[in-house]
Amino acid sequence: MTASQDIYPQTETLARDVDQLERSWRHPRGVFGWLSYTTHQAIGTRYIVTAFIMLLAGGIEALMMRTQLMHSNNGYLGPERYNQMFTTHGTTMMFLFAVPMMEGMAIYLVPLMCGTRNVAFPRLNAFGYWMYLFGVLFLYWGVFTNAAPDVGWFAYPPLSGPQFTPGKSTDYWAQMITFTEVSALCVAAEIIATILKMRAPGMSLNRMPLYVWSLLIQSWMIIFAMPAIVVASSYLLSDRTVATHFVNPAEGGDPLLYQHIFWFFGHPEVYIIFIPALGFVSAIVVAHSGRELVGYTAMVLAQIANGFIAFGLWVHHMFATDLPQIGEAYFTASSMMIAITSGVQIFCWIATLWSGRLRLTTALHFVYGFIAIFVLGGLTGVVLASVPLDLQVHDTYFVVAHFHYVLIGGAVFPLFGAFYHWFPKFTGRLMNETLGRVNFWVLFVGFNLVFFPMHILGLKGMPRRIYTYSPEMGWDHLNLVATIGAWVIAIGGVLFMVNFLWSRKNGQLAGNNPWDADSLEWAAASPPANYNFEYLPAATSRYPLWVAREDRAVVTGTRNERREVLVTTLMDAKPHHRYVLPGPSIWPLIAAICVTTGFAGSVFNAWYITWGTIISGLALVGWFWPKRPLEPADD
Amino acid sequence: MMQRAKWARAFAIASSLVLTSCIYNRQSAVDPAGPQAGRVDTLWWSFFWLLGAIFLIVMILTVMTLGRRHRGFEQEPLAIRHKASDETESQLRRVVTGATIATIVILFVLIVASVGTGKANSELQQKKNPLTIQVTGTQWWWQIQYMNSDPTQNLTTANEIHIPVGRPVQIRGASNDVIHSFWVPNLNGKRDLIPSRITSEWIEADHPGEFRGQCAEFCGLQHAHMAIWVIAEPQAQFDAWMKAQLQPAAAPQTPAQIRGQQVFLNNACMYCHAIQGTPAVGQNGPDLTHFGSRRGIAANTVPNTMGNLAGWILDPQSMKPGNHMATVEVSSTDLQPLVEYLESLK
Repeated sequence: MTASQDIYPQTETLARDVDQLERSWRHPRGVFGWLSYTTHQAIGTRYIVTAFIMLLAGGIEALMMRTQLMHSNNGYLGPERYNQMFTTHGTTMMFLFAVPMMEGMAIYLVPLMCGTRNVAFPRLNAFGYWMYLFGVLFLYWGVFTNAAPDVGWFAYPPLSGPQFTPGKSTDYWAQMITFTEVSALCVAAEIIATILKMRAPGMSLNRMPLYVWSLLIQSWMIIFAMPAIVVASSYLLSDRTVATHFVNPAEGGDPLLYQHIFWFFGHPEVYIIFIPALGFVSAIVVAHSGRELVGYTAMVLAQIANGFIAFGLWVHHMFATDLPQIGEAYFTASSMMIAITSGVQIFCWIATLWSGRLRLTTALHFVYGFIAIFVLGGLTGVVLASVPLDLQVHDTYFVVAHFHYVLIGGAVFPLFGAFYHWFPKFTGRLMNETLGRVNFWVLFVGFNLVFFPMHILGLKGMPRRIYTYSPEMGWDHLNLVATIGAWVIAIGGVLFMVNFLWSRKNGQLAGNNPWDADSLEWAAASPPANYNFEYLPAATSRYPLWVAREDRAVVTGTRNERREVLVTTLMDAKPHHRYVLPGPSIWPLIAAICVTTGFAGSVFNAWYITWGTIISGLALVGWFWPKRPLEPADD
Repeated sequence: MMQRAKWARAFAIASSLVLTSCIYNRQSAVDPAGPQAGRVDTLWWSFFWLLGAIFLIVMILTVMTLGRRHRGFEQEPLAIRHKASDETESQLRRVVTGATIATIVILFVLIVASVGTGKANSELQQKKNPLTIQVTGTQWWWQIQYMNSDPTQNLTTANEIHIPVGRPVQIRGASNDVIHSFWVPNLNGKRDLIPSRITSEWIEADHPGEFRGQCAEFCGLQHAHMAIWVIAEPQAQFDAWMKAQLQPAAAPQTPAQIRGQQVFLNNACMYCHAIQGTPAVGQNGPDLTHFGSRRGIAANTVPNTMGNLAGWILDPQSMKPGNHMATVEVSSTDLQPLVEYLESLK
């Protein structure tokens, strides 16, 4: 490892190294080869594209719901179809769009930001994507065969049990959870390993970009939260398929147990979605205000605290179930504590923007939109933490307004900001800024038109999940406004896609670092090569691209004729050893097909668990079959 | 000057429109009719003004960041190009710390206010002489049972609760099938009705009125059509109502009513519905002993009129698709007497 005069040595060794890297990181050819990809850019892109299609699907479902509620006694969707739409909408947005989208962005960006060549377990990464894709196909197979789930995205028993919802729809739903959770756990494991062991030399924990911090926290949260939902959905599924009576009150099971386990996952789930989005905000704020973040340490500690507190407030989803008052007071306090940790972050961003040299790009527009919406959503969250107030507005449109302010404001606005920010890195071209601003304002106005009136509707007594209402209730006008807003959002979505498609071909060329940003991904080419960096970068500061050019350093001496990366120490990121990552392989896809056979088949016949386990075991044997090393282990 | 007056008037009209649209409702959380809902309403408005002020301050500061662009960073030396001066940095840190401390203090106040309100609302339980009413949620209607230590005073009805003004009422929540939630926002917050459990909630009305409630926990196809009326009336009026309700059903008077009763008893109706004083004792559907005195049909899906009732009996699935009432074949000549009989059950 040497510190060089420039970030890339301009010698003939460069040409040789690049040539070797090109060859060792080349994608295999053909359809079969395409199915074997294991590079993080390819897998990340697949996640992002699939999740974006899911965003469109969930959006279409939302439009159908809003059209139904446009006026009282509307006959556009019947109760059956409406219930399917809101269940599929919630399920799609939570499980198939939001979490996988955040994972896809992480898979793409984390190795780049950490200055390495791929995630720690590339084949596991591919396997995780296939499991996610098959989960999507499984649920939507149900939707298109008129077996869409219709019991709400949290599927409370006994309504979701075999007695009240016969048929396969809820089975598809419950098993889809298992698919996406397997996928989420794969991603969490590899993101944690990548962040902790593969950071650029010198990128000690206290120099990690906040986005990387947010992913580290989010991944740990996934590891603790997701097993709970797999337990809940498996209770439900086994109650339905083999009559286990875990949560069936008619046979002594406990429906509240399901609620506890579900929300022990369900509340952290919300933070799993928006903590990475807060990481986007930090990255955008730093890059577009051109200055270091105010209160880096406070931000990191606030996010860690957020991650812990997230597991201590699930009961605020269950205040109406008549739990003892002393417990309720505890959960009120813990729920309100989130306002402190979120407040610290908001204050730090405002302070940074206050003293920054702002470039008011589209990405930064989305950050401002985020602050406005997210702060309001956070304040209504404080309202919901109060037991007496929650008992009034729980399960009304007030709550619908609240969580859309938090999730769209807290996750989707930063996500669009992130698209505008990193699009040049993904594609090599800038998105159109004029169209981008129009895009922002249409989305911002549309969003507030849809969701602001819902606060008032909730206070005026409109419960959520009703497919119709009568004109005497006085809810017509506000619902009409909300429906108009939904169509405005749809226009905003179309504008984004137009901008995306147009800019991919015709956008202004970006170069490596169009924003003069600080973090390592902007040292790679746009779009990055399969190996990301010709020479692995080192980080000499928290803002490695903002140090003077002569102080930047790279790593030389790794072997480029194989997929070699540097493993560094956990705290200080000191170089520890070299490590060869596995290359392309079809086995992750084969293993995913075998696991899918077991998961999907078990909905129809419990024996598929057995067959699925056997063939999955065989697939894993194939996956891990020891191969003769191509050459001596090391030199 | 004229301009200003015009604006002021426009503002006054707009704000009164917003306010009235917020306040009018017989199913509203911000139009309290009892001490519980009243306390929650007070708590809501104190949260509203406090949090609203915080929102405004944060928004003003956020917008102000836009006006502070290009604050002379170009002049600073390269080494600190991406920072402000040490002085500014420490000033910013102090402001962030101060804002955080303020947040903690405000939240502490809100927690105390909130827990205090919850405690005050639960203290009603100690009041003497409460009325106990069991509400059992069923897909998709409400069974109402007035509980009394004297069994002759027990009363079963459906979809409509009468309570005396000024007397605390305990709602015992139960469910026959899935989870429902009892919610009459003008009186108090909601309480889930959970199978295999009994939950409890206290309500009290401080003035007479009719307050609407609606199931608030998604309970299947017809969750949207599961409404309930709570009618608060002076004690004397309530006693009279109670006395009338405890009577068996009125005997049919006119020939049409007599015919109607025969139609009811000779068809499948009686397997699910009870009419006290007749052989009909079915328990699957709402008790119809005093059906004619109730305000709505099909858990208040439509008002209780002869026309609506005829439509409901002829084709319950078109009015409330998926509901569990069987379609009973009633000939057109029998329909009118049946409707007249049922409406006579005051």
